[in-house]
Amino acid sequence: MNDARSSNENVIVAEGLTRVFTGRPQRGSRLRRTRHVAVDHLDLTVRAGESVGYIGANRAGKSTTIKMLVGILVPTDGRVTTAGLHPLRQRRALARRVGVVFGQRSQLWWDLPVRESFTILAAIHGLSAAQERERTAELVEMLEMGEYLATPVRQLSLGQRMRAEVAAALLHRPELLILDEPTIGLDVLSKQRLREFLVAQRREHGTTLLLTTHDMGDVERLCDRILVVDHGRLAFDGTLDGLARTVGARRELVVDLAVETPDLLDVAGTEHVRSESGGLRQRLAFDPQRTTAARVLAAVSERVEVLDLSIEEPDIEDVVREIYRATR
Amino acid sequence: MRPLPSPARNPYWRFLVAGVRGQSAYPLATLAGLTANATFGLLKGGIMGAAVDSSGGELAGYSAATMAAFVWLGQGMLGSVNFWGGSDLQNRIRTGDVAVDFLRPVSVQAAHVLTDIGKGLFALLPRGLPSVVIGLLVSHMALPPDATAYALGLVSLLIGIAVSHATVYLVATTGLWLVETRGVSVLYMSLSGFLAGLYTPVYLYPDWLLTLALCTPFPSMMQLPIDVLSGRVTGADAGQHLAVQLGWLAAVLVAGHLATRAGRRRLEVQGG
Repeated sequence: MNDARSSNENVIVAEGLTRVFTGRPQRGSRLRRTRHVAVDHLDLTVRAGESVGYIGANRAGKSTTIKMLVGILVPTDGRVTTAGLHPLRQRRALARRVGVVFGQRSQLWWDLPVRESFTILAAIHGLSAAQERERTAELVEMLEMGEYLATPVRQLSLGQRMRAEVAAALLHRPELLILDEPTIGLDVLSKQRLREFLVAQRREHGTTLLLTTHDMGDVERLCDRILVVDHGRLAFDGTLDGLARTVGARRELVVDLAVETPDLLDVAGTEHVRSESGGLRQRLAFDPQRTTAARVLAAVSERVEVLDLSIEEPDIEDVVREIYRATR
Repeated sequence: MRPLPSPARNPYWRFLVAGVRGQSAYPLATLAGLTANATFGLLKGGIMGAAVDSSGGELAGYSAATMAAFVWLGQGMLGSVNFWGGSDLQNRIRTGDVAVDFLRPVSVQAAHVLTDIGKGLFALLPRGLPSVVIGLLVSHMALPPDATAYALGLVSLLIGIAVSHATVYLVATTGLWLVETRGVSVLYMSLSGFLAGLYTPVYLYPDWLLTLALCTPFPSMMQLPIDVLSGRVTGADAGQHLAVQLGWLAAVLVAGHLATRAGRRRLEVQGG
């Protein structure tokens, strides 16, 4: 029955998808209406089971695309089918098969305990009492929500609320989960937990994942395909490795050393970025394709005692900027 | 064999319950509302009572007792009907949160109207009943003459609450075109109470204004339920009141449905 779950089926197909926003002209001015092409003849196919990161600068067209995919925004031109359905005409049927989390919006009932929101959503999606119990228990356990199930949503911390939001979107076991900035504002630990959960969900249920993010960590840990959008057009479509090859997504190992040390210019597989505090802190860039943080650390430790270290990942903004530079 | 679905598994029932429970989360606000109701009830009762007295104990068919009933039943309904024109939906359209509502496999209209009716129903307990009790203590307000009048009055009251929230839903849908609809709310606020019989019975108005009022859904939200609840109309007349209310309920629901369908294509969800 659920053909879209079979692995070769396309979950999202967009052809020539376009959205133009027209703004009102300034009062008293004789200028024509302003025109902003948010999404510009976008062609996009996502297959069942894929995990796709959709990244780009602000105003690049990410959210606009997602709104059209789920039928809350009418395209100016082009066609889109999601889970084999027409998002506008078959809104309710689509809603049963898709889960959406907008990082900045809530789908929970603000004044009611978390548990109550799950009960209402279970009724909305027509789950039986047994299905509701089973699924809620599973999500509560995996997302560690047990201690705040009885708390009204308005009293939750952001991290707690986001876990509840993701659970709410997954309650009806959608075949496609769309996450718009799911980790925005979360602390490191909360991000980590959420990512681990999403990885496990995919593994167990084969859920297709489409997420927009400004966080390179989300992309690296969750996505096996990356789309970079620029001015409403696809600037890159490929794997994380491919992205790294295109823009050289290097990491930086930052080491705090026991003694002031001359610049570490010749550590194998690295490039010295800069030294601080007279050489007490040094930054070495490396390509994770060619060496590992452990190897770099070992090489440095042979020469001087390392007191502390951290690894910095490239900013998604930098990656996007590099892609834009390479493709324009 | 599948057992019959319980109402608890019906999403629309859950929306109604969510409204009731959501409202019960704010006991202090409810108490403040009751205090305001009672204060204005005393003022209104004083003014309207004096008006009846000065016209020789009878005014447009109201005696002192039925006028007191008009005042205190009206005050009691204030927490349950919406005369200020704002709503959750209005905010959600302005902020773009309405996107979440459209991403659920249910009627957006039914979800919002039922949640608001649920809030209105809850308010009958902490605001409606106490207002009537206060009215009984401070005045000789008329009560329904018999059990039938009570039953019809209750039905009329429920339809009135539904008409009110279905109309406010329609007002909020203008946001699908306008985004910012506080101006529309202000217009609604200035008209609704006046034409619904919040300040004085609409029967006191000159003919042209009474006719105008009766061409709107507003009397169905308050004046007509009060007429039935207070026993001012009974029997077939009460039935006619209910029919008028049901007609308006159907009209505003259909209009709200059409507005949702048309407006959805215009919606530009605000925010990222």
